Amino acid sequence: MKYLDEFRNGEIAQSLAREIRRVTTRPWKIMEVCGGQTHSIIRNGIDQLLPADIEMVHGPGCPVCVTPLEIIDQALAIAAQPGVIFCSFGDMLRVPGSEKDLFRIRGEGGDVRIVYSPLDAVQIARQNPDKQVVFFGVGFETTAPANAMAVHVARQHGLKNFSALISHVLVPPAIAAIMQSPRNSIQAFLAAGHVCSVMGYHQYPALTERFRIPIVITGFEPLDILEGIRRSVLQLEAGEARVDNAYERIVTFEGNLPAQKLLEQVFEIVDRAWRGIGVIPASGWQLRPEYREFDAEHRFQVSGIHTVESPLCHSGEVLQGILKPNQCPAFGKECTPRKPLGATMVSSEGACAAYYNYGRFISADQLTHV
Amino acid sequence: MCLAIPGRVDAIFEDGLSRMGKVNFGGIVKDVCLAYLPDIAVGDYTIVHVGFAISKIDEASAQQTLQTFREMGLLEEELSASEACNAAPDKEGQS
Repeated sequence: MKYLDEFRNGEIAQSLAREIRRVTTRPWKIMEVCGGQTHSIIRNGIDQLLPADIEMVHGPGCPVCVTPLEIIDQALAIAAQPGVIFCSFGDMLRVPGSEKDLFRIRGEGGDVRIVYSPLDAVQIARQNPDKQVVFFGVGFETTAPANAMAVHVARQHGLKNFSALISHVLVPPAIAAIMQSPRNSIQAFLAAGHVCSVMGYHQYPALTERFRIPIVITGFEPLDILEGIRRSVLQLEAGEARVDNAYERIVTFEGNLPAQKLLEQVFEIVDRAWRGIGVIPASGWQLRPEYREFDAEHRFQVSGIHTVESPLCHSGEVLQGILKPNQCPAFGKECTPRKPLGATMVSSEGACAAYYNYGRFISADQLTHV
Repeated sequence: MCLAIPGRVDAIFEDGLSRMGKVNFGGIVKDVCLAYLPDIAVGDYTIVHVGFAISKIDEASAQQTLQTFREMGLLEEELSASEACNAAPDKEGQS
């Protein structure tokens, strides 16, 4: 692993870290919503550059982690059917369902394929008219336009053998849910830059006003994250609570309007269950009734599955920022990336996988007792 | 999963489904859907997520990000993930 100070811009990183130390006068808890940012923080040792008063709390922005177990089990049931080609992003294949994962289904003869883009799944459907092709459409607002387009072009081309198993989740309702939790201790948020590149940030001022919290739109590179933290601390120290865009080279206030237009056309807002967290009102998208014939859940009639979650897994508390991964009793013991109990140990964006892969086996509170 | 990689549009074409582009990510070229950036032209830079161009970016910022991703080993990891997994499924698959 390479730490940040080994990089070309290590000096800039150090000076940003010094600036954060200079302006910090008391303890602050800041949540990075996005799992990609969590991995950047742990991979590059950004948290270890920060003053002890700044605690980074890892948020629920890992689509693979929060996809409900019931939907994973539905995916497994569909993928195991003969005559089905099941297409997914690679991250989903090792996510544990109640009994199996998609890799296991493939090992047992299921035709499970990893695609780079949802449109690849549509092409596979065109090339295989005698098969039912199902795309596993999970993700936050960044990924939703791609999935919406796949369904839209399938409808335009009258494809009868393409459908999508959709489980989309949204960032702003998750921020609201975290702030409303009685166990919440978060004082500022780094908002996910690429979510905002699609959606803009017009939804965020209502949150900063309602909960009196700073929200800083932040990119994924180490310097972006340090700058997001610096701007959060400046607001916290000054008692301010507003939306600040620290990712201006990508994000505009209004976002990508053509993408938002198609999202509105294809999807409608629903209450969505988040794995490990529970139902968050109006926190997801599902296909509108006009697109129902492309809804795999409808086409394959796989509702009513009985799910079994591991009793040892604390991923819900990890996803809400209540527990650090290495504070979970099963971390690195019963639960590893090879034999994960929960999705947070699987995904390239899961906090538990980040802690495991980058050797964070001892928690900060354990260290103080050493 | 929300990572997006910057690249340069080398060519624009129709593939029967959508307006597409050949996008060059520091030497790796992929087919990318351009439907959400109707104004984008050959030579422009964009950030790409799961095969979709979602936002324009200036060349200097794009090059800097590509360099950072390359140093961190993210570029290959992100762009070759699906091929690698599909090529060797069963070894990985059994646990």
